[in-house]
Amino acid sequence: MRAVPLAGLLAGCGGVQSALDPAGFEAEQVARLFWAMLVASGVIWVLVLGLAHYASGRREKPWSQRDAGRLIVWGGAVVPTLLLAVLLFFGLRLMPELRAPGGPLRVHVEGEQFWWRVRYHPPGGAPVESANALVLPVGQRVEFSLSTRDVIHSFWVPALGGKMDMIPGRTNRLVLEPTRTGEFRGACAELCGASHALMAFTVRVVEPAEFEAWLAREAAPAAAGTGHAGEAAFLAHGCGACHSVRGTAARGAIGPDLTHLASRPTLGAGILENSAANRAAFIARVDEIKPAARMPAYGTLLDTEIAAIAAWLGMLR
Amino acid sequence: MLIHNRRHANLWTLLAPPAIWAVHFLLCYVAAAIACAKGGGPWVDLTSLRWVILGITLPALGLILVAGRQARRHWGFGTDDPPHDQATDEDRQHFLGYATLLLCALSFVSVIFVAMPAITIADCR
Repeated sequence: MRAVPLAGLLAGCGGVQSALDPAGFEAEQVARLFWAMLVASGVIWVLVLGLAHYASGRREKPWSQRDAGRLIVWGGAVVPTLLLAVLLFFGLRLMPELRAPGGPLRVHVEGEQFWWRVRYHPPGGAPVESANALVLPVGQRVEFSLSTRDVIHSFWVPALGGKMDMIPGRTNRLVLEPTRTGEFRGACAELCGASHALMAFTVRVVEPAEFEAWLAREAAPAAAGTGHAGEAAFLAHGCGACHSVRGTAARGAIGPDLTHLASRPTLGAGILENSAANRAAFIARVDEIKPAARMPAYGTLLDTEIAAIAAWLGMLR
Repeated sequence: MLIHNRRHANLWTLLAPPAIWAVHFLLCYVAAAIACAKGGGPWVDLTSLRWVILGITLPALGLILVAGRQARRHWGFGTDDPPHDQATDEDRQHFLGYATLLLCALSFVSVIFVAMPAITIADCR
């Protein structure tokens, strides 16, 4: 029985959003430093408790003032200073390595209340607009430029590296280098409003060739949908004023680009499974699903229209 | 001089070592900020600044050692154990000397920690 809570605790060390299960160069360095510090802290803890046990119970004669003074100077000042110096040195040595320049691919991510605007800048190609889901090539250093126009957000993919704030009026740099393929999760790490906890994104790390193919698909206009009832309803109700679906008349830039919505694993910035039922629920009740989001709830639309829009969005691969 | 050949300890001699740390910190920080702001980009080579920081750090450490020597004399070379809490001139001197000596140790380590980034960081990233 005792093993059950421990297993529950250890489960938190792995998975798609754990700094202790690293999948990137920076995360690996930080995790290594963490484990080294944890082991060293454990050793010090055992030593201190052992000494306390010895001093309070085992030792029969009292400490001389001289010995006590020495213990305080060495155990309380000299050794901690040396340990701190070693930790500081390792931390400082890591900094230039982690900030080394990225490869040719740049990705601009802009924090919005409460989603992520993503723009890929492939070398020599036109920018590719996307949102709420990242796809990255494995083994390549990718440089992120991070900005925001509303409030402070923070961009964090724990499995790949450290977090970096997005601050209005500034553009911050972050370089991530995924070291293995897989699906990971990132989150906003700075309280940014009512739906801060509902502001996440998915990261899919793939082989470079697969990435190139994916980027070419993402750059293309939406393949499906011309003449679909959902497309007509989407345009008739003005959804295109805020959302873009390239290849249609929808050119809005206020909300997330929906051109390839169906190819994203999640809906609403990493919070819902991307299913027709969830898309319909999001359209009708976004105010409940994502409080304080800028999109109004469209519960007044006919159920058939909502279902048609949800179905059409599901065709935008 | 405040840190050398003072007959008696007072609050000024007590404050001298942390003041050396503060001035050293400001000089390093401001020099790096100016070098990076005027350099025009994150790739500015900081080799000369790193030598400047070494050139500020060694004198700062030296001054703290000198202050420590004086503090040890004011403390009475440890002939008398703390807490030095009697209302006598001698105990007041020993107390100030001892406190200054401890502040010297703290300032010495702090100056080293402030200068340590210059060992590993070579540009403005």
